[in-house]
Amino acid sequence: MAQAAPAEAQVLEALRAGDEDAFRALVREYTPSLVRVARIYVSTQAAAEEVAQETWLGVLNGLPRFEGRSSLRTWIFRILTNIAKTRAKRDGRTLPFSALSEPGRVPEAAVDADRFLDPEHPRWPGHWALKPEAWPEDALVAGETREKLAEAIEALPAAQRAVISLRDIEGWSSEEVRNALDLSETNQRVLLHRARSKVRSALESYLDQP
Amino acid sequence: MTVDVEQLSCRELVELVTDYLEGALSPVDTARFDDHIGRCGACSIYLEQMRQSIEVLGHLPVDAVTPEAERDLLEAFRGWRAS
Repeated sequence: MAQAAPAEAQVLEALRAGDEDAFRALVREYTPSLVRVARIYVSTQAAAEEVAQETWLGVLNGLPRFEGRSSLRTWIFRILTNIAKTRAKRDGRTLPFSALSEPGRVPEAAVDADRFLDPEHPRWPGHWALKPEAWPEDALVAGETREKLAEAIEALPAAQRAVISLRDIEGWSSEEVRNALDLSETNQRVLLHRARSKVRSALESYLDQP
Repeated sequence: MTVDVEQLSCRELVELVTDYLEGALSPVDTARFDDHIGRCGACSIYLEQMRQSIEVLGHLPVDAVTPEAERDLLEAFRGWRAS
C-alpha cells in the first residue's frame, strides 16, 4: 500500500501535536462527505450527522495508534463505515449491502426505453426516436439550473448520491472513492453511471421546457 | 467486411458513456464508440450533455459542516489534547 503523502504526514504530525487549526481544516474538508457516505447505511440525515460526529471521536481515539499504512482519508472512512454499520444494526435497519456490492443487480436504463426505436426495427434498430437537443450554454450556468441539479442529486439513492458527490462535486479520483467506500472498480462505475445518467436526464427535463 | 453486426446502436451507446469517459472501454469498443459518435449527431449531443452535466456538478458548492458540529468537535479535540 502507498506511503502517506508528505502533506498528509504533516497533517498527522500537526494533529498529534495538538494543532487545533489542522483538526478544524480536516473536519471542514471531510465532514460533508462523511455524512453523505453515512447516509448509505442510516436512514435519516440526523443519524448520518451523528455518525460523522462519532467518526471524528473515533479518529481522535485511534490517532496515537494510526501507522499510516493506508491514507489518512481511507482510514477515516473505514472508521465511518464501521460506526455507520453498527448504528444501522442498532436502529434495526436492514443493511443495504447490495447497494454497494451488487449495484447492477436490478437493471436500470440510462435513458427511458421509449426514447428509442425498437431493437428489432427493420431500418433503424435501437436508434433515437426522440433525440436529445443541444442545451443553451447560458442556461447551464444559471442559478436555477444549479438548484435543479442539487434537487436531482438529493433524489438519488444514497450510494449513487455518495459516489457522484465525491467524484463530480468534490473531485475525488475513482481510486479514492473506491478506497473510501470499499467498492470494486466495476461497482463504482455502475453507481457513477446511474447517478450521472439521472442527473443528465433531470437537467434535460428542466432545460427542454419551453 | 460486415461492419453492420459490430455497430453500436444509440440505445447501447448511452449505456457505455461512463465507461468511455472513465477510459474503461477496450480499444475495440472505444473505436466502435468513436465511430458511432462521428456518424450520429444525436449521440454526440448526448455525450456532450453528459460532459456538461459533469462540468456543472464541479461548480456546485460543497456542503459545509454546521457551526454547532464544528464547535462540538473542537471542544472534543481540546479534551483529547489535554488527556
